Amino acid sequence: MERLQFEFGAGQPLSGRTVAGVVASGDLEVLLEPGDAGRTTVAVQTSVDGYGGNWKALLERVFGPGSLPAARIEINDNGATPGVVRMRIEQAFEEVTQGGNTP
Amino acid sequence: MTADIDPNIDRLLKRDSFIERGARSRAQALLDPGSMRELAGPFERLHSPWLAMQKLVTQADDGVVVAKGKLDGHPTVVLAIEGAYQGGSMGEIAGAKIAGALELAARDNRRGIPTRAVILFETGGVRLQEANLGLASIAEIQSAIVDLRRYQPVIGVSAGTVGCYGGMSIAAGLCTWLVLTREARLGLNGPQVIEQEAGVAEFDAKKRALIWGLTGGEQRVVTGLADACVADDTHEIRATVLRLFAQGVPARHRSERADHYLACLRQVDTRVQATPEDVRAIYNPSQGDA
Repeated sequence: MERLQFEFGAGQPLSGRTVAGVVASGDLEVLLEPGDAGRTTVAVQTSVDGYGGNWKALLERVFGPGSLPAARIEINDNGATPGVVRMRIEQAFEEVTQGGNTP
Repeated sequence: MTADIDPNIDRLLKRDSFIERGARSRAQALLDPGSMRELAGPFERLHSPWLAMQKLVTQADDGVVVAKGKLDGHPTVVLAIEGAYQGGSMGEIAGAKIAGALELAARDNRRGIPTRAVILFETGGVRLQEANLGLASIAEIQSAIVDLRRYQPVIGVSAGTVGCYGGMSIAAGLCTWLVLTREARLGLNGPQVIEQEAGVAEFDAKKRALIWGLTGGEQRVVTGLADACVADDTHEIRATVLRLFAQGVPARHRSERADHYLACLRQVDTRVQATPEDVRAIYNPSQGDA
C-alpha cells in the first residue's frame, strides 16, 4: 500500500460533494468536495506500490489544464486501471454538477 | 432495419436489478424519493484503523451505509452493507455503525418515534483482520436486533451475490422477517470453509448446484429459514419489504422457535450427503408455525 499526494491549479471552488465507486477489486473510491479557490489537492491511497509516475501522468491529464473547479479529492484505490480511475473522477464531477447523489 | 428484440432480453433490460446496485444506491432505492439522509457517511472519514496498519486500502465509510429516511411515510433506517468492499466483512467501525443505528432506532421507539430498520446483508461475516473487535461488534448487532424487534419488525434482505455468512447469518436469523433472492446464499459456514475444515467428501465447494441447492434463497424459504424468495428486481424487493412491515411484530420470532429447528436437526442423517430434497422433507415450515 502506498500513499501519494498531488496538487494542481484550479478554478473557483466546487459547488458540492459526492462519492463515486467502491474499494472493490480493480475499482476505486473517489471522494470529491470543494477545495480552496485556485487549488485542487488529490490524496491517493493505492494497493499497488511503485506506480507514482502513472498516477502523476494520469492526474496531470485531468487536472493539468487547471480548468476544473477547485476540489479536495481523496482516492482509495484497489488496483483500478488508469481508464477506470479517470472514469470515476469524471463520474464524481458529473454527479456534483448535476446535483445528484450527495451523501 | 427494425431489429426484432427478443422479449426475454427486452424484459431483462427493463428490469431494475437490485444486485447490480451498490450499497448506497440500494438504500436510496428502498427509501421514499428525496427522504434519504446518510449518517456517519464517507465524509466523516471513518476509515478502519486496523486495515491501514495491515497495509490494506480502506474505504471512507468502512463498507456500511447508514441511511435514515422514510419508507412509505414511516421513519426508517436502512443499513446497507457493501459486499464489494472486503467481502462485506464486519470490522469494528462497520459493525458499530450498524449496531449504533439499531440501538438508536430502539431508543426512538421507547420515546414514541416508531423507527423501523432494514438490514441489507451482503457479508461473509467477521472481518478476520479485525478479529475480536469484529466479533464483538457482531454480538452488539445481534443484541440490538433482539431489542428493536420488540417494537417494530426488523427486516433483513440478502440479494446476493455475496450472500450472508458467519456471525452475520445469525444476525439475519434474528431478524423478524428475512427476504432472499434466488442468487443469495445464507449459511453459517461458507462452502470453502466447510471443505477446508471437514474435507471435500463432506462438502465439495466446486459444486455450484449443491451450494445453491442447500443454501440458496429458494431452498431457505421452502425450508422456513427465510420468509420470501424474490426476483432480483428493485420494485419487487421494496414491495416485499413493505408487505412484511405491514404484518407487524409476530407473537413468536423465528429464533424463539428454536425447539422446532433443533428437532429438525436431530432428524438429519449425517452418515450420507444431504440432498436439497432431504432437507426440504425434514424442515417443513408448516410444522414449526406458532
